[in-house]
Amino acid sequence: MSKKVIEVFNLTKKFGNFTAVDRISFDVKEGEIFGFLGANGAGKTTAMQMLCGISMPTAGEGTVAGYDIIKENERIKRNIGYMSQKFSLYEDLKVWENIRLFGGIYGLSDKTIAEKTNELLKQLDFEQERNTLVKYLPLGWKQKLAFSVAIFHEPRIVFLDEPTGGVDPAMRRQFWEMIYDAADRGITVFVTTHYMDEAEYCNRVSIMVDGRIDALDTPAELRRRFSADSMDEVFRQLARKAKRGDQ
Amino acid sequence: MIEVKDLHKSYGRQGKVNALNSISFTVDDGEIFGVIGPDGAGKSSLFRILASLILPDSGSAIMNGHDVVKDYRKIRQIIGYMPGRFSLYQDLSVEENLVFFATLFNTTVEENYHLIKDIYQQIEPFKKRRAGALSGGMKQKLALSCALIHKPEILILDEPTTGVDPVSRKEFWDMLGRLKEQGITILVSTAYMDEASRCDRIALIREGEFIGSDTPQGIIDDYPEILWAVEGTGMSALLGELRAHDKVKSSFAFGDKIHITVEKSLQTEELKRYLANKKFNDVRIAPIAPTVEDCFMALTS
Repeated sequence: MSKKVIEVFNLTKKFGNFTAVDRISFDVKEGEIFGFLGANGAGKTTAMQMLCGISMPTAGEGTVAGYDIIKENERIKRNIGYMSQKFSLYEDLKVWENIRLFGGIYGLSDKTIAEKTNELLKQLDFEQERNTLVKYLPLGWKQKLAFSVAIFHEPRIVFLDEPTGGVDPAMRRQFWEMIYDAADRGITVFVTTHYMDEAEYCNRVSIMVDGRIDALDTPAELRRRFSADSMDEVFRQLARKAKRGDQ
Repeated sequence: MIEVKDLHKSYGRQGKVNALNSISFTVDDGEIFGVIGPDGAGKSSLFRILASLILPDSGSAIMNGHDVVKDYRKIRQIIGYMPGRFSLYQDLSVEENLVFFATLFNTTVEENYHLIKDIYQQIEPFKKRRAGALSGGMKQKLALSCALIHKPEILILDEPTTGVDPVSRKEFWDMLGRLKEQGITILVSTAYMDEASRCDRIALIREGEFIGSDTPQGIIDDYPEILWAVEGTGMSALLGELRAHDKVKSSFAFGDKIHITVEKSLQTEELKRYLANKKFNDVRIAPIAPTVEDCFMALTS
């Protein structure tokens, strides 16, 4: 059994008398691709913020990358990577400047950053774009670069919040191949998506409904249990049970 | 009716970025026409021109008989526009936003309530809440209500379902279906290929050009390749082996299956034997009908 990099127990977050996340418990293994699904308003973002150490839980406990969510949240931040569709890179900085900035934030030395930048640009076949402002890159390229930057400091876990929204179909699949490569190198991938075909590419998937995790298993097992042909159907069956609606 | 002819638009110094390149199409009254393609393909530029918010470099667009450049005042009365980014007043309440837009167009919420009832009822319990404090799905319903409140003849919806979960997306399309029944012409863009089937006709757009335009079924019928679905365990490795076969032209993951396009001369049995030699013994291979996403990928490869 491989090591667990995320372990949470009864994690809860309340805003006033509204319980956004309601006693969720689960674990994620090292090198696993873990899909974190749920309808809008189900509590995914709030849960993810607690896992990333930027929001304090109201109750419950857990560790991420070996650090306590409550007592060591600053250490968590240093050991994870994060990328979302909405924000990932600075549009008005050049490709190399973005890499330099994020490398610096994560405390890498100038020498390491310089070496790794060359390596990265070569890998992505991006050498000609070194001095291009990020805002001029096509979206698919931007997302690939953003992902590479998010794992530039070799974090133990990378959190991806809808990384492929609006991306070209072929590019979306290339992006997932990058995710597989990262997972093969032992980086754990925690990912949210609204594309149900992408749920199939995860090792395990959890589905949140009304602040709780209502299902957690491999995609094949979930399909079997819900007698569904696709993850889309599994998702619909579960989301239909939601009571609190999209608030 | 919408008639677009040879529309061009470029941005930047010396027109460096070509946003739209010779776009022509028509949309009939009461039709749902979908413009489908990835972010950055030119969807928003096209819709902004049709909403009279930016000028084309050349070409023309006529909406129900009115020119989007010359008759821009009239255009703004007959269209309802929902931009890609939430652009209602965040500091006004749900109700205040709606009243504001009704007043702008010289009408009242009561007068056209029947048009938005179905959608607005879902957010009415929160009508005192500031628009900025709404969740994504609710913002979208409010934006649609505000775009409809002056009883437009044509609705222009720029990526209304981006970032919306699959269940809410389905609900949204059901709403559009009911608006269509009331005779409203709907022009809608999306990056979700699976939403194509909800449109009467679609155009696939990429890098400022329409690469195909027809009914969804027409697009599928024109698919030029032989398409098979491959199922087995160890998807990542399987994908690698399929790509290495010289009669396999392309292979991409599609959920729990891999879709491959193949040379005419390849038989399923031959491919099965090849994979069995690579220790994939439980593989199932079957010809399948393409989805719109397969068509898009074939057209862009």
